[in-house]
Amino acid sequence: MAEIRLQNLAHSYSKQPGGPEDYAIREMTHVWHQGGAYALLGPSGCGKSTLLNIISGLLSPSEGQVWFDDKVVNDLTPEKRNIAQVFQFPVVYDTMTVFDNLAFPLRNQGVDEARVRTKVNEIAEVLDLQQLLKKKASNLTADEKQKVSMGRGLVRDDVSAILFDEPLTVIDPHLKWKLRRKLKQIHEQFNITMVYVTHDQLEASTFADKIAVMYGGQIVQFGTPRELFEKPLHTFVGYFIGSPGMNLIDVQPQAGGVGFADVHLPLPEAMQATLAATPWKTLKIGIRPEFVHVWDAPFDEAMCADVTHVEDLGTYKILTLDLSGQKLKVRLQEDKPVPEGKAWISFPGQWLMLYADDYLLESGHE
Amino acid sequence: MNKVHNNKAWWLVLPVFLLVAFSAIVPMMTVVNYSVQDIFDQSSRYFVGADWFRQVLRDPRLHDSLLRQFIYSACVLLIEIPLGIAVALCMPTKGRWSTVCLILMTIPLLIPWNVVGTIWQIFGRGDIGLLGWTLNKLGISYNYASNSADAWVTVLVMDVWHWTSLVAMLSYSGLRAIPDVYYQAARIDQASAWAIFRHIQLPKMKSVLLIAVMLRFMDSFMIYTEPFVLTGGGPGNSTTFLSQTLTTMALGQFDLGPAAAFSLVYFLIILLVSWLFYTAMTHGDKN
Repeated sequence: MAEIRLQNLAHSYSKQPGGPEDYAIREMTHVWHQGGAYALLGPSGCGKSTLLNIISGLLSPSEGQVWFDDKVVNDLTPEKRNIAQVFQFPVVYDTMTVFDNLAFPLRNQGVDEARVRTKVNEIAEVLDLQQLLKKKASNLTADEKQKVSMGRGLVRDDVSAILFDEPLTVIDPHLKWKLRRKLKQIHEQFNITMVYVTHDQLEASTFADKIAVMYGGQIVQFGTPRELFEKPLHTFVGYFIGSPGMNLIDVQPQAGGVGFADVHLPLPEAMQATLAATPWKTLKIGIRPEFVHVWDAPFDEAMCADVTHVEDLGTYKILTLDLSGQKLKVRLQEDKPVPEGKAWISFPGQWLMLYADDYLLESGHE
Repeated sequence: MNKVHNNKAWWLVLPVFLLVAFSAIVPMMTVVNYSVQDIFDQSSRYFVGADWFRQVLRDPRLHDSLLRQFIYSACVLLIEIPLGIAVALCMPTKGRWSTVCLILMTIPLLIPWNVVGTIWQIFGRGDIGLLGWTLNKLGISYNYASNSADAWVTVLVMDVWHWTSLVAMLSYSGLRAIPDVYYQAARIDQASAWAIFRHIQLPKMKSVLLIAVMLRFMDSFMIYTEPFVLTGGGPGNSTTFLSQTLTTMALGQFDLGPAAAFSLVYFLIILLVSWLFYTAMTHGDKN
């Protein structure tokens, strides 16, 4: 049980990293609080697994420190860190039975056999493995094996943290949901810090209280699923979270606001001041498809867009619009009439985000 | 899809059947032919039934060399398998040194049996051989030509020198095939080095070790050239193993009937022991 703090941490796989592009993890400082359920969300190759391996000690970071509570653990091996990690693909000890597999981490610590039996049975019950305890691990199916792998991670309750590296990749979809629930239960029961790496936003938001979104070796936002959805701090978060992702449009500053082509979007004065004071190379507006307002009838203040495609997803429809040459996705609720040919839309001010060089611009008083 | 039901596919098996027939079955049938008859020349032959078999099975000379052979093969396996695994575990896993190691390991395997015998025959001599001379200078009495134990050890060491690299290379390939994640998981589970060896490396090497054990057993059980070159099976009969006894019987004394009968017994022993090894080593896979 520990609070895990990453202090100015950076990692590069090359011996002499030249620029920031040589880093798998760019310098970051981040805290995982004791007892939290966290998800580390990001696309393949963004450094999620590297970060996880650094926390568990399988990798040694090239710069910065890893703290467990008030101790720097950089030089401690995974064995000494007393941490559990579940890997993407199942790892079982083929020659052992399921019982011995689950007991292995405990026996390695010299836990007495009576306690080993209680713990293993407890975990087997949680993971529905009781029927298989006497079976050889080599004869299990892929998802049974993965459950055993997870069981080995969960069987020690004194660990500093449990790290999951996309553990449900090989699991059947209907079982995935069940296992995620199980993990959540275990988390509530034992109050262990859990970090769950995934590239699936649904998986992340059902498991975690707080999600860290990683992109290009950095954590670009750390927040609740709701925060990530409503106020993405980085264009990547906007794009990656939500289905479909946020609409991002390149804009230029104009008097009283910003605009593109013949579209003008007014900004509040505080925001105009912030924009004027910020140096930038690219400027984008972002608005979630859910937040684009579609008017039932032509309306003076609204913008007129061409409807190019309608996608019916059952409970809602996704419209693809063309607004002065920019493609725009809009999520339309079921009860709304589908506009034909032309749609009248507006961007509610509170949901319109402005990004300078991909980072959210926030005006001072907000 | 409509499946055609007939037996034409058997024709496809025919070439293999013919090949095996000519390479194994026909020559073996010749031996069977000799083993049940007493043949003097082309016109005079007598059917003797199981007489030759009865005779060779009661022959004390064969009993002795069979016992010697089993002890020898057991020693070979007991030394070469663990040593080969140990060498493989110590070999570097990547970089230039792993290549250098692999090449060095291959060299003994490229040397023909009789050359190995000759090398050690000279190497072990007390007058001009480095090994024999050094041992004698150090006050250790060593003479493979007169001392049975010395001759025995020399043949054994020769085999270990010649073939441990085969076991090592097979084990090495088995070790390289283990994904890193197993080692990572073991570290997370706080496994000791012994536990990693016992529960990850050894099980994952099992299939290559099975090949290594079978090859080394069959090869050592048929050893002929090395002791023949070294001492001709002596001193006394101390390094006369089965194949040499058999050769003496067949070619030296021209006892073709008993020799044929014994060849078959010899073959069946190898088959039986190989089957025992195979069954013992693969048995654990079943639940």
